[in-house]
Amino acid sequence: MIISIASGKGGTGKTTIAVNFALSLALAKNKRRNVQYLDCDVEEPNAHLFLKPKISNVNSVNIAIPKINDTKCNYCGKCAEVCMYNAIAVTKNKVLVFPGLCHGCGACMLFCPEKAISEEGKEIGIIEEGKADSIHFIHGRLNIGEPMAPPIIREIKKKVNYKKDTITLIDAPPGTSCPVIESIKESDYTILVTEPTPFGLHDLKLAVEVLKKLDIPYGVVLNKCDVGDHKVEDYCNKNNVPILLSIPLDKEIAIAYSKGIPIVQINSFYKNKFSQLLDKIVDDNCE
Amino acid sequence: MKEIVIISGKGGTGKTVITASIAALTENKVMGDCDVDASNLYLLLHPEIKETHQFYAGVIPAMDKEKCTNCGRCQEVCRFDAIKTINGQVIIDLVSCEGCGVCSRVCPVEAIKMQENHCGEYYISETKYGTLVHARLGIAEENSGKLVTLVRQNAQEIAEKKDAQLIIVDGPPGIGCPLIATLTGANLAVIVTEPTLSGLHDLQRVVKVGQHFNIAMMAVINKFNINLENTTIIEKWCEENNVTIAGKIHFDNIVTEALVKGLPVVEYSDNSVSKEIKEIWNRIHVKIK
Repeated sequence: MIISIASGKGGTGKTTIAVNFALSLALAKNKRRNVQYLDCDVEEPNAHLFLKPKISNVNSVNIAIPKINDTKCNYCGKCAEVCMYNAIAVTKNKVLVFPGLCHGCGACMLFCPEKAISEEGKEIGIIEEGKADSIHFIHGRLNIGEPMAPPIIREIKKKVNYKKDTITLIDAPPGTSCPVIESIKESDYTILVTEPTPFGLHDLKLAVEVLKKLDIPYGVVLNKCDVGDHKVEDYCNKNNVPILLSIPLDKEIAIAYSKGIPIVQINSFYKNKFSQLLDKIVDDNCE
Repeated sequence: MKEIVIISGKGGTGKTVITASIAALTENKVMGDCDVDASNLYLLLHPEIKETHQFYAGVIPAMDKEKCTNCGRCQEVCRFDAIKTINGQVIIDLVSCEGCGVCSRVCPVEAIKMQENHCGEYYISETKYGTLVHARLGIAEENSGKLVTLVRQNAQEIAEKKDAQLIIVDGPPGIGCPLIATLTGANLAVIVTEPTLSGLHDLQRVVKVGQHFNIAMMAVINKFNINLENTTIIEKWCEENNVTIAGKIHFDNIVTEALVKGLPVVEYSDNSVSKEIKEIWNRIHVKIK
């Protein structure tokens, strides 16, 4: 089963929920499961700070950038014409490539009448793979100054294990645009983590629209549930969105989080709460 | 005229809350909300929209099923796994599509047309605190960087027309294209961080992006009293990396109270957080002169 954890609003607690959920699944005494943790927030990956995986494999992620053969090129400008991203500019005697704008679609290479364009790989980031106790851990890092996260996220998603006994948790980035879509698409279920404030409600509604567009079932985890107002709860009740778990604002959690300590490791009450999360998701999914 | 952008690396550190208070403390300025896919600043500034503009960027494919012969040539060339054959029928997944147009160009029967993509809207609004340029990116859309750039360009044009001295921009989290589009060319980036391992890690990455683009930077440590040890670590790291600390803010539930009431903290009440934000703004103001 593939469960993604997303939010819309940043800082609601996605990584906290995902990490503690993963640990409670992997360490459950009654039923051990095969757990994968895919941290798809490749711009600002954080899960490794809590899971502390032992990295065994590092791979470069490259995108294909056009390489112009100056002897064959006649500066006809066809490549610039077919590029939808303005990543190529052609003057009387020069072709300029802007790698930051290039999506690696191959149009320029395909349609060059002189066959003057080949492709070369440009590294935009890395993927690291390893184990955190029994959890199979993968994350990525976008290189500083590179604009595009989705190609790295696509490479991480290729590691999804579709075997029946495996639960794959996908820790998504904040927001609702292409890095989030790339992370959560094809999930079986999405947990939306939110907080009971006007920002939380506004961004939750956006995230719900995304999930409806992707046709993925979802439920909410309400973090810091005892501050703010009741509007998120009212929204969920009115729209039949299950609230899977409510966690109060807890100084113990905040301090542990600040030190990189997952709460299930030091507090049995929360360990218990998180261990019930999967059953609630499965129940909700079956309805 | 100076442009200050408020960014964070990590989400949820308090950018929008702080931007709203700075808006309440300053005059003769224009504001921009560049967090285009989860735009929240308007919830505290209560804008009255004066102009709505449609945002078009890139193209999307439209397939004529009558013409399509299901030859699969489009699927062969698509680099984004956006074209699949299901039950013998070729189907384009618009969510995965990146609008490159290659499918349309290779189709032997011209069954795919590329159409202009309507990605969202942007607004010019008036608020109690001045003009606000903000936007809404469509659900699951790309081209957020372009929309961010449009917001900034409009804010700059309006500031010039109004002879405003300051542009204040609420930025997005992360370090990818929306953040880069927010950051490039700004006079000062104020990075809001928190005293957690995640906050420090993400601060370090976003500072490296700022250094890459040669931007002057300051940092604000929000909720600093949650972990004084980490606060000291952040202060030390910032000093070593040429990032001036603009100030520190206590964790206080009054911030959430003000948020629920829809008010910038400095307007909600005269409390210690308000004082800390005022001191921070004074330090930023000195730096930007």
